[in-house]
Amino acid sequence: MKISRNPDRRRFLRTAAGVAAIPAASCTRAGRRWRFLTDEQADTIGAICDQIIPPDQDPGAVSAGVVHFIDRQLKGHYAYLQDAYIKGVVEIEQAAQEKFGKRFSALASEQQLDLLREREKTAFFRMIADHAMQGFYGDPRHGGNRDFASWKMMGIPNPPVRGRQQHDLTKS
Amino acid sequence: MALEHVNAVVIGSGAGGGIVAKELAAAGMKVALLERGRWISPYECAKDDLRNQRTSVLGASFGPDDEERNPRVKVEKDGSEQIVYPSRGAYNNNAMCVGGGTASYGAMAWRFMPQDFRLKTTYGAVEGSTLEDWPITYDDLEPFYEQAEYEIGVSGDVVPDPFKGPRRKPLPMPPLPPNREYAVLRPAALRLGLHPFDIPMLRNSVPYGGRQACMRCRWCVGFACEVNAKCGTQNTVIPAALASGNCELRTEAIVKEIVLDAGGKARGVKYIDEKERLREQTADVVIVSCGAIESARLLLNSKSRLFPNGIGNNHDWVGRNLQGHAYTGANGLMPFDCYDDVGPGAGVAICDYNHGNKGLVGGGMLCNEFIRLPYQFLGRMPPWIPAWGKEHKDFVRTWYRRAVNVQGPVQEMPVFHARVEADPKVKDYWGVPVARMSGNKHPHTLEIADFMSRRAEEWLKEAGATRTWRRVPGDDLSAGQHQAGTCRMGNDPKTSVVDKHCRVHDVDNLYVVDASVHVTNGGFNPVLTIMAIAYWASHHLLKARS
Ligand SMILES: Cc1cc2nc3c(=O)[nH]c(=O)nc-3n(C[C@H](O)[C@H](O)[C@H](O)COP(=O)(O)OP(=O)(O)OC[C@H]3O[C@@H](n4cnc5c(N)ncnc54)[C@H](O)[C@@H]3O)c2cc1C
Ligand code: SF4
Repeated sequence: MKISRNPDRRRFLRTAAGVAAIPAASCTRAGRRWRFLTDEQADTIGAICDQIIPPDQDPGAVSAGVVHFIDRQLKGHYAYLQDAYIKGVVEIEQAAQEKFGKRFSALASEQQLDLLREREKTAFFRMIADHAMQGFYGDPRHGGNRDFASWKMMGIPNPPVRGRQQHDLTKS
Repeated sequence: MALEHVNAVVIGSGAGGGIVAKELAAAGMKVALLERGRWISPYECAKDDLRNQRTSVLGASFGPDDEERNPRVKVEKDGSEQIVYPSRGAYNNNAMCVGGGTASYGAMAWRFMPQDFRLKTTYGAVEGSTLEDWPITYDDLEPFYEQAEYEIGVSGDVVPDPFKGPRRKPLPMPPLPPNREYAVLRPAALRLGLHPFDIPMLRNSVPYGGRQACMRCRWCVGFACEVNAKCGTQNTVIPAALASGNCELRTEAIVKEIVLDAGGKARGVKYIDEKERLREQTADVVIVSCGAIESARLLLNSKSRLFPNGIGNNHDWVGRNLQGHAYTGANGLMPFDCYDDVGPGAGVAICDYNHGNKGLVGGGMLCNEFIRLPYQFLGRMPPWIPAWGKEHKDFVRTWYRRAVNVQGPVQEMPVFHARVEADPKVKDYWGVPVARMSGNKHPHTLEIADFMSRRAEEWLKEAGATRTWRRVPGDDLSAGQHQAGTCRMGNDPKTSVVDKHCRVHDVDNLYVVDASVHVTNGGFNPVLTIMAIAYWASHHLLKARS
């Protein structure tokens, strides 16, 4: 199949270059946590996503793996959005410093919401909100929705019970 | 490298092309069926809710799935344009694989109503619209609808629908048993004095055609059927065509041009094969079945001395009247669980509002929707819920299992300026000018949509919905999965592209057989009509040949 041979190769080259750029010392660390993001970027993105889908009696975005979802797609289907993410994170971190003198993730929830509400209509916020939803509500195979967190929350059985009659097997 | 001459080359193996290939091969013609996509087997049914043909945010798994090789250009109302890729909505994708859209569709199998073929006669002209009667009638197509229902396979029960056209035979398979939404909505429709019935579907409810019955899963529309119970051309007529020994299917074969001989007849096609070699296939007849956007693009890209603006396009009608369906409807919140995880989900419909609506030209069918997978559900949120945050999450948790959606396709008023062109600048990976799409919906289409969404809301309220909200379309260009209209069928060569047997005016041996020929697109999902026309066109092609 010739489909997507092209992007695959480019993805490989980019990864290879990325690996070469990491100082030798980091190779001794127990594997890199992220495929694309830095720990700092991941931290900011996680804080934003946890406001978009906050934890409550059910897991929120971060514990459901939404940052992993985004990170993975930025090396895959959303590779063309890498710049948009980097710029968006820089912009919101600057605003956090200017307004509150702290990193975004270190702000109180209300302060975070302040900054996010101001940005609600921006292309960056819409994009990250949509991706957070994909990561949280989408199929776990893409790195998000860990342990079927959202599907359990919504009450849809997984794996699904096939056939018309469905019984809750946990009750006898 | 010269390839052996064949009697017919069919371009595209979707709803239209699959059927034509089989009909001609079964009649003894040597057929080459060229398909730019590949086979996708039931075992590849990945049930990936972010990467399928309905939600393609991470890719269109039924093609084209190489983003960068297959761009299109979309022109906005303000004249701005952007290059768009298959996984994004503005691409207006249907599918590109063996079976075309039929490999992953929802499989509703509607016959248009008799009035749908005579909208202009029934309602009069509509300003700003190229509304026209078809050159054929429901009665002309009736035997071919029946042939499609029996050869491809349709289940359902349309007997209680008093608005349908006359039919000689019942559907070959009974309907699937009702799911919970059906059980709630059907009695409500009856209480309103409406006429609910079981949606006809190209889906086995019982073993049929050598394949088993539906096992009612969650992932139907947008996916391949894991148990092969959904009936498309890829598991019915295409295998039959191959079994005849007269048809050769070549996948990953991308036709770039139709070639004419000196006398103005089609000589064959030029295509790029799976090894990226340029090939030429000559044939007695050429049949274009690439879907409404790509068929128009192919004709426009086939230029010659006789047809400097593209083959069949001397009167500037190729690519015009691009239309689809303006989907409209309403959502309701029920005081009890309606979700029962019993697929495919859609089951009950009404045709009470397809025609005879005061002040409106036509209308459309309404029915309950297919199962909304979790991420899809987010596209159905009520306007009073914020787009993110605690309230958003709460709403999903509380209401996912209790929300019902009733919707339907509005029969659109065709417009001349909604069109496909060959882009003057942007080319695909193989150097062929890409489809450039522009235009908007007719204002009356939106009026009909508004009316229908209110009827959907009434139905939901009667069914017990405590709160409802409507979902109406904007005026953006409509094409997508239900794309049609770009090579209109008509008797007058000055105002249409093909004659009533789908033959291109002025080119004796060139046919277009797919959704492109639709004069209007019905208030129904279009595929059964595309199939019926493919049988009709094949029948007349064979008759003309003998
Ligand atoms: C998710 C989904 C759900 C749907 N649900 C329904 C439904 O419930 N009911 C209904 O009626 N309809 C439904 N449809 C729409 C239906 O599938 C289409 O209306 C129908 O398939 C169109 O038929 P066609 O013959 O015009 O084109 P297609 O089926 O699109 O076939 C065209 C074929 O031509 C090939 N092709 C294009 N260009 C070239 C080229 N240059 N060279 C070689 N090959 C080429 C394409 O790869 C494709 O396989 C759905 C579609 C989708 C995607
Ligand atoms: S709902 Fe039925 S026909 Fe559809 S994919 Fe599932 S098993 Fe197949």
